[in-house]
Amino acid sequence: MILLTLYWEYFKVGLFAVGGGLATLPFLSELGQRTGWFTQQKLADMLAVSESTPGPIGVNMATYVGYTTAGVPGAVIATLGLITPSVIIILIVASVLEKFRKNKYVDSAFYGIRPASTAMITSALLGLLALCLFGAGSVMKMFTEGIFINYKAWILFAVLLVLTNIKKLKDLHPLVFIAASAVVGILFSFSGE
Amino acid sequence: MDYLELFISFARVGVMTFGGGYAMLPMLQRELVNKRKWVTEEEILDYFAIGQCTPGVIAVNTATFVGKKRKGVLGSIFATLGIVFPSLVIITILAAFLSNFADLAAVKNAFAAIRVCVCVLVINSVRKLLKKTVIDVPTGIIFGLIVICATVFKLSPVIYVLLSAVCGIVIKSLEVKK
Repeated sequence: MILLTLYWEYFKVGLFAVGGGLATLPFLSELGQRTGWFTQQKLADMLAVSESTPGPIGVNMATYVGYTTAGVPGAVIATLGLITPSVIIILIVASVLEKFRKNKYVDSAFYGIRPASTAMITSALLGLLALCLFGAGSVMKMFTEGIFINYKAWILFAVLLVLTNIKKLKDLHPLVFIAASAVVGILFSFSGE
Repeated sequence: MDYLELFISFARVGVMTFGGGYAMLPMLQRELVNKRKWVTEEEILDYFAIGQCTPGVIAVNTATFVGKKRKGVLGSIFATLGIVFPSLVIITILAAFLSNFADLAAVKNAFAAIRVCVCVLVINSVRKLLKKTVIDVPTGIIFGLIVICATVFKLSPVIYVLLSAVCGIVIKSLEVKK
């Protein structure tokens, strides 16, 4: 019975959380308070683990919450609940899109949407840079709360920027650079602790 | 075996993505655009834009899109299961054996450096995308305005996508009249 409830609760999260994985957080916070399945503290721990493991954050959170609530079957059911509405909605959008792809208005709309999509990715990137290089929670907080220059991060950043653009190295798998960074981070205690 | 290929490709993207969403972009470009040639860079961007306006995790939405394009409804299901499979395995194991994984000093240090690496990888991805999407003055203006707006005001991405779609239609119809 709890599996059915879990599926339904996660189905609702998947249906209403617009804008990616982190958008599921407020829904999960409310879910924990309402059902008593997990505390807010536990939710914060689960978020930390989900951010420090491979995979989309929203999916990781679903698996973790499901496991905490009802073991391995719970993990599977919560994840399936989360993705069911996405799959249904995207399938509908995709078939409509295929039909109208050649339409001149749809084509013009995407002419405008594409630079906007690049712009939103760039903005998210600026937020990530503010966090990694200036120790600020967001670009705006750099102005209101000041900055902290993390020299180790700057050096790694500069080295990686050069290495990933050298002809011989740039076709290496991104995972190579990620793994090398992880080793550097551990050797030089990057988090400053 | 096309279904299995979809599952494995997306499982690979899932296992290599640290941080979800935009951090997935370099992996998608490599696996789907360069290696498999299943979709173009423009299509990935379209899927990202739509994925932001529709409910659910962007990674899952993108997988469903590509799967549908390749192999219909069944393809979309295999691609989607592929992208969630690594999470299911990794998180279940971690949850079972380690309650304080994220507190370990080594994990914190590794991820502080991985985040820097993800920044660099996304910068390289964005440079590729800029060449393909900012192709003239109007697209340059749309790009600049939305970078500023999205950074200063935290509005829903739905608004930016709808606004830029309207801009696109208006600009193109003005061009035709000329």
